Amino acid sequence: MKFSWKKLWQVFITFFKIGAFTFGGGYAMIPLIQREAVENRKWVTDEDILDIVTIAESTPGPVAINSATFVGYRAAGFLGSVAGTLGVVLPSFIIILLISYVLREFQEIVAVQYAFAGIRAGVLALIIKALWGMYKKCKKNLVSYIVMAAAFVLAAFVKLSVLPLLAGCAVFGLVTTLIMERKVQK
Amino acid sequence: MIFLELFWTFFKIGAFTFGGGYAMLPLIQAEVTSKGWISEESIVNFVAVSESTPGPFAVNMATYVGSEMGGVFGVGGGIFGAFCATLGVVLPSFVIILIVAQCFQKFQSSRVIRGCMSGLKPAVIGLIASAVISIGTTVFIPNGFMWEIFTQVRTYIFLGIAALALVLGFKKLHPIIIICISAVLGIAAGYLGFL
Repeated sequence: MKFSWKKLWQVFITFFKIGAFTFGGGYAMIPLIQREAVENRKWVTDEDILDIVTIAESTPGPVAINSATFVGYRAAGFLGSVAGTLGVVLPSFIIILLISYVLREFQEIVAVQYAFAGIRAGVLALIIKALWGMYKKCKKNLVSYIVMAAAFVLAAFVKLSVLPLLAGCAVFGLVTTLIMERKVQK
Repeated sequence: MIFLELFWTFFKIGAFTFGGGYAMLPLIQAEVTSKGWISEESIVNFVAVSESTPGPFAVNMATYVGSEMGGVFGVGGGIFGAFCATLGVVLPSFVIILIVAQCFQKFQSSRVIRGCMSGLKPAVIGLIASAVISIGTTVFIPNGFMWEIFTQVRTYIFLGIAALALVLGFKKLHPIIIICISAVLGIAAGYLGFL
């Protein structure tokens, strides 16, 4: 791939804009990426965008980072992936850094404490709604119900650590998938 | 060494967050609030801040926790802490995507990855459900369970706000508007002496 500063700068600034204007993160970013990276810049194709969503769903980490790294790589190689990732991260980084100082200054004010008491109840609802959305999207079969219930009980009541729990569920999913596919083959 | 610890903690969180967004909450609870770095209340407050500011939740959260933890060493410490935590949370995805971009075909048809994901996706749902329980505890019984909570007005105010927010959420109202409404109700209830 031909190295060019101009292209790196374009990748950086494109993802900087995407990072600065997507609220809520995640999949809210996909339409923006599509408009900028597919229609305007022609770095990737519509099919690539679909691939990115697939990859993002089966790799760890935020969708935003996954897609910035992937598109940046396709557009300008390794340095492109650095530029894209840096671009998408930088706006949040700067904004949150400023906000964390402001939060510290203002959290002693009584009105702010009242506001946050109300907000916490609202956030609880937002998380429940997100949970419902994920539940609806998830494939439902015996294995997934068992894993859901086991993960919930083990985390909420047995207080098992999250990382070993996730690793265990991954292995369980792998084993059941392999067994079921073997049955289908026979 | 707090900066190294920040990096490593968020590296782990970045490596094990599947599904993005709130999928991170159980890990934050396990790795950040359980160490006593930041209270669960502050984390829930920050979820609202993160919803109202641009950028991915994971990056926002890492920057915030890093800045809070490094902040005890002054402004420079805050910036460096935020940098360490953000680098940590970003690095696993970055490396993995670089690898996947090389061999996407193989990756897509891999039975091993498909199998692991078939266990991870429902696990994340179970974990977030357990995070909901723990956040519900923070909202309704911050000082531990007592029978008095059933006679306290504040319990019913919070229940009301949560129920209203849930209804508005399913009516597809933007999260920022829901957060603003919750804030106004909280302030009103506070000055009326109910909290």
